[in-house]
Amino acid sequence: MKSKAIAAPYVVWMAIFTVVPLALVLVFAFTDRSGNFTLENIANVSRYSGVFLSSIWLGALATIICLLLGYPMAYIISRKAGGRQSVMVMLMMLPMWMNFLLRTYAWMTLLENNGLINNFLGLFGIGPLELINTQGAVVLGMVYNFFPYMVLPIYSVLTKLDGRVMEAAQDLGANRIQVFGRVILPLSMPGIISGITMVFVPAVSTFIISKMLGGGANLLIGDLIDMQFLGSAYNPNLGSAISLVLMVLILICMGIMNQFDDGEEEGGIIV
Amino acid sequence: MEKDTIISLKNITVSFDGEEVLKNFNLNIRDGEFVTLLGPSGCGKTTTLRVIGGFVQPDSGDLFFNGQRINDLPPHKRQVNTIFQRYALFPHLNVYENVAFGMRVQKKPHKEIDARVHEMLRMVNLEGFIHRNVNALSGGQQQRVAIARALANRPKVLLLDEPLGALDLKLRKDMQNELKNIQQQTGITFIFVTHDQEEALSMSDTVVVMDKGQIQQIGTPQDIYNEPTNAFVADFIGESNIVDGIMHNDYLVEFAGRKFDCLDSGFGRREPVDVVIRPEDIKVVPPMAGHISGIVTSVTFKGVHYEMIVDVDGFKWMIQSTESQQPGDEIGMVLEPNDIHIMKKSAYSGEVGDYSAFSDEMYEEQHAAENQEDTGVAQ
Repeated sequence: MKSKAIAAPYVVWMAIFTVVPLALVLVFAFTDRSGNFTLENIANVSRYSGVFLSSIWLGALATIICLLLGYPMAYIISRKAGGRQSVMVMLMMLPMWMNFLLRTYAWMTLLENNGLINNFLGLFGIGPLELINTQGAVVLGMVYNFFPYMVLPIYSVLTKLDGRVMEAAQDLGANRIQVFGRVILPLSMPGIISGITMVFVPAVSTFIISKMLGGGANLLIGDLIDMQFLGSAYNPNLGSAISLVLMVLILICMGIMNQFDDGEEEGGIIV
Repeated sequence: MEKDTIISLKNITVSFDGEEVLKNFNLNIRDGEFVTLLGPSGCGKTTTLRVIGGFVQPDSGDLFFNGQRINDLPPHKRQVNTIFQRYALFPHLNVYENVAFGMRVQKKPHKEIDARVHEMLRMVNLEGFIHRNVNALSGGQQQRVAIARALANRPKVLLLDEPLGALDLKLRKDMQNELKNIQQQTGITFIFVTHDQEEALSMSDTVVVMDKGQIQQIGTPQDIYNEPTNAFVADFIGESNIVDGIMHNDYLVEFAGRKFDCLDSGFGRREPVDVVIRPEDIKVVPPMAGHISGIVTSVTFKGVHYEMIVDVDGFKWMIQSTESQQPGDEIGMVLEPNDIHIMKKSAYSGEVGDYSAFSDEMYEEQHAAENQEDTGVAQ
């Protein structure tokens, strides 16, 4: 009884800020402007399949790069002595204390045609290279902004690994590569899955990064939804439908990812 | 070095953070032997095992395997396998894959792996659990998987690091027998680490008693129990009354205010010695009929016997007897020559072997503390 009473505020909170908005999205997606039921919005989403594909492609690319860079980093940090570990984690988190917009703006000034990088290259007679307003710049922005979300869950799983299990593998004849491939990597799967989820979901639905670093040319789903609510193409019904489809797509992606997790319970996946 | 020596530690010194854990340690282990390293926590027994397994590099000294120096051989190339404290099974693999692990990394053919896994699991009576998740097994079953996994590699030497510490008493006794049987069947050299003296005595061919990074005594279980070399060994293995004595001649010792015949010789004239008398060897008789007499101060029922503390002129003796006395009774004690064992004085003399600080209350407190320490080690 007592625990129920304590849970009550959270239930109310969830109802107001999660369930109601979700229901509203659902309602908007299946109605037209005058409030009548329609499937037209959902059907219209297919017109934007190109945007969906490129969003998912860029999001996936950023996620893979984060994983390839983040796993070794998490591994290295987790092998350091306690004091150094916390310093390294803090250094990695430090940029996160700065505003997201500001960080992305900083990249703009670096990548612009007359930005820092091109000016520097100009000294050697190179360029100016077209760095900004490319897909590469968007992916860079995603990797830069979401990188810590990949490292932290992997790091937290790796620090909890039982050293004796790795010793046991060595004892049974496994060399360093085999210990990693047969023990450390499989045991860190829960962290990898959480990391992928925490990078992929925001990367797919971002709109600031593509707006600032991708120019108009690299429209992502986030920009599309943004336009339906705040932009010129004002159409909240279509915007809701796009959000709904995106949500379903992400759920499917996560469902597939979780298949790789072998039903391991630890590490908790947040979807 | 003897011909059938399989493992030999020569002048091994190991220190952690400037503290010497093993001091100039020498030990030869014969092929096919069941050797137990026995000692209190922090005595260096687990470190010795980890040196042999390759997980600790000695600061100085050499380790030989079949006559070859293997100091620099990494763990995965050594022909030894370990059963770790708390088993260290692979949580992401099932029973079958845990046992197959060693053969998989050696890229053995599938058929051979399959046959060997089944053979191993049959040996430890786990055939029905072949596809179980190891996390779903009981402690005893996990222990068996660990044994099967270590033996599947056909090691020359098996290292066992307090493998039974986490099991309850009944299960521990069963596993002791099982391990002993496996050792006899396979003929593999077992190096077993424990702080449980009873376990050491009942399983081993040879017991190595250790304290403070040094060997105190090596011998058969009978030797260790009946002929301890110093007060530490006498006190650590079983209960002992250790009293100051003076050796008058060969076979004649004086302690507790009178002279006794004994079976020991080779000491100097009037040499001060430690005299050990096991509590179960003392015969209780009426006051006037004994060699010495004292007042019973406490009696504790222990199941197979009563444990009594008897005050003899201020020195508290422990006696184990099947007949109960009342506290306050005066009793006589008979000490036959073969009940008396004489040891040279050592650094441990006077520290142990007197039960004066041994009221029931303190005994229980001490045991509670020891039990806590045990579970602490196990975790």
